Amino acid sequence: MTVVTTTPIPRFEVAARQTAKSRRDVRSEPWLVRWLIIGFAVTFLTVFVVLPLMLVFSEAFAKGIGYYLQTLSDPEALAAIRLTLLTAAISVGLNLVFGVIAAWAIAKFEFRGKTFLVTLIDLPFSVSPVISGLVFVLLFGAQGFFGPWLASHGIQILFAVPAIVLATTFVTFPFVARELIPLMQEQGAQEEEAAISLGASGWQTFWRVTLPNIKWGLLYGVLLCNARAMGEFGAVSVVSGHIRGETNTMPLLVEILYNEYQMVAAFAIASLLAFLALVTLVVKTILESQIKEGRPPSDD
Amino acid sequence: MTIEVRNIIKRFGSFTALDNVDLRVDTGELVALLGPSGSGKTTLLRIIAGLDWPDSGSVAFDGEDALSRGAGERHVGFVFQHYALFRHMSVFENVAFGLRVQPRRVRKSEDQIRARVKELLDLVQLDWLADRYPNQLSGGQRQRIALARALAIEPRILLLDEPFGALDAKVRKELRKWLRTLHEEIHVTSLFVTHDQEEALEVANRVVVMDKGRIEQIGTPGDVYERPASAFVHSFIGESIVLPVEVREGRVRLGDRELALDSSDARPGPSKLFIRRHDLAIGPAGSGALEGAVKHVRSFGPTQRADVLLNAGGEGTLIEIDAPRDRELKPGDLVGLQPRRYRIFAETA
Repeated sequence: MTVVTTTPIPRFEVAARQTAKSRRDVRSEPWLVRWLIIGFAVTFLTVFVVLPLMLVFSEAFAKGIGYYLQTLSDPEALAAIRLTLLTAAISVGLNLVFGVIAAWAIAKFEFRGKTFLVTLIDLPFSVSPVISGLVFVLLFGAQGFFGPWLASHGIQILFAVPAIVLATTFVTFPFVARELIPLMQEQGAQEEEAAISLGASGWQTFWRVTLPNIKWGLLYGVLLCNARAMGEFGAVSVVSGHIRGETNTMPLLVEILYNEYQMVAAFAIASLLAFLALVTLVVKTILESQIKEGRPPSDD
Repeated sequence: MTIEVRNIIKRFGSFTALDNVDLRVDTGELVALLGPSGSGKTTLLRIIAGLDWPDSGSVAFDGEDALSRGAGERHVGFVFQHYALFRHMSVFENVAFGLRVQPRRVRKSEDQIRARVKELLDLVQLDWLADRYPNQLSGGQRQRIALARALAIEPRILLLDEPFGALDAKVRKELRKWLRTLHEEIHVTSLFVTHDQEEALEVANRVVVMDKGRIEQIGTPGDVYERPASAFVHSFIGESIVLPVEVREGRVRLGDRELALDSSDARPGPSKLFIRRHDLAIGPAGSGALEGAVKHVRSFGPTQRADVLLNAGGEGTLIEIDAPRDRELKPGDLVGLQPRRYRIFAETA
C-alpha cells in the first residue's frame, strides 16, 4: 500500500487517532440498531408481561369493585387466603432457620461431603414440583412408607395442612441458603474470629456480628422464598386433595374457579397473587440496592 | 506475661505447618516471627491465640496451660492482617465490642465503657473518627482501630498477624515506628508475624526466623543479621552473594579454582559460600581470593554497583558488588575481591 503525504504524520499520532476512532465505534451502535434492540425488548416485555398483568386486574374488576370485594370475602376464598398465609409463614420460618444453619455450615467450615451438601440444597430447584409432591404421597400416603403407622396413630398428614406445609417447605428450601452461601463465603470467618478472641460467646457472635452482616441478603432470600411459597402450585396440588374450604390454597382455588367458569372470581383471587408479586418486586429492588451498597443503612 | 510454646506439631492434611516448634517469649518483649509465606508463622500465632489447635505440644502463659482455655478466655488481643473490623459497626462500637460482650457481673457501666473507648481512640490518635464506619477509613486508620479494639480488653498478650502487610510502603514505615513507641508505652508482651525482614529487624527486640514449619534461628536483630545460623537465614535476611563451592581436605574450591579462604569450621562436601555485599573489598587483580572482570558499572547514590564475572566455575559466575564512589571502575577491568567476612554452609540435600 502506498500513501503519499507531503508532511509525514508522526507514527504515534496516527496510532492515537486510530484508537480514538475505533473507541467511538465500539462504544455506540448506529441509532437504527439501538432503536431496533430497545424496541424489540420493550415489545416483548409488553406482550408477555405487561399485558397479561393488566388483563388479570381488568378481568378481576370486570363486574365492579363491589363484586370483587364480595368474591374475596366468600368463606371459601377467605379459607384459601388463610391457608396460604399460614403455609407461607411456617415454611418461610422453617427455611429461614434451616437456610441460615446450612449456609453457616457450608461457608464457615471445611468438612467432607461439602460439595454434596451444596448439590443437595439445589435439588428442589432441579426437580419438577410435581415430583416433589409425589415424594410426600409416597412417604405419607395410605400405601406409603409411614402410611400404616400414621393411620394406626390417627395422624393425618396427606390431604391436610401438614402435607401442604411440608411440600411448600421442600420446594422453597433453596432460596434462603442459596442467597446466603456466597455472601457468607465472601465475608469469611475473620470477623467471627475477632469477636470470639474479644471474649464474645458463640451466641453473641451470631447475633452481634454474623446476623447484622447478612441481614440484607437474608431478607432478600426470605422475600423470594415467601413469594414462591405463596405461589406454589404443582407440589401442593399433588398433596392437597383439593378439599374446598380446607386444603385449598390461593393458587389451587384459582384453578378450581377457572375450571368452573367463574372467571371474575378466579381473576379476583389471581389479582391478589399478582399484587403480591408486584410488592415483592419493589421490595426486592430496594433490598438489592442495600446489598450492593454493603454498608449499614444511614442511621448516622 | 510469658509465653511458652513446646513441641508444637500441626498438620493440615499431608502438609506439616509446624514441625516441633519450641519458643519462649518473656514479659514485655516485642518479638517478630519472620519467614516466607508457608513457613508456619501465622499458624503458630493462631495457635497461641486459640484460633487453631495443635495436633500435639503445649502452650503455657505464665506457666499455666493455655490450650485448655478457649480463645475468649485467654485474654489475648489479636490483630488480623485484613483488620477484620465489624463492618456494620461504627469505629466507636468496634472498639467497645470487647467491653460490651463481657458477662453482666463484670461488665463496665455505659459511662465507663465510653471513657475507656475514648482513651483508646486517643491512644491510637483517631478519636475524631469515632462515628465513622470501617469502609470510610484508610488502611492505616483501620489497622490502628483494629489495634485499639484488641487493646480494649486489656490483653495480657498482643498478637499481630502481618500488621502492615496490606498497607503501602510509606504508611507502613510510619506505623512501624508508631508501633514501637506504642509498645514502649504500654509494654504488653507482643508477638507479630511478618515476611518483611526490614520490618522485623527494625521493630522487634528479638526475631524468630522460621522456614518450612521449623524455627531456624532466634536472636536479636543484630544476631540474625551478623551471625546467621543457617544458609536459609543468611539468604533470607539481608542481601548476600551466594557462590556454590566445594569443601575438600580443608580447602574451598569454586569450580576449578582454589580459594584462599579459611574453612576450618566448614564440613566437607558441596557447600555454599555466603558473603554480604558490603563485606567484599575490591582491589587490583591478584589481590583477593576471588578474581573477575568488570562487565557493567552503574553509579547512583553514595556507591556504585558493578557486575563482575568471576573467572571460575565453568563459564564463570556473574555477581553484583558494591564499590566506593571514588574507585574508578570501567567495563573490562580485572579486579581482585577479598571477602572481609563470609560464611560457609554445607549444601542441604
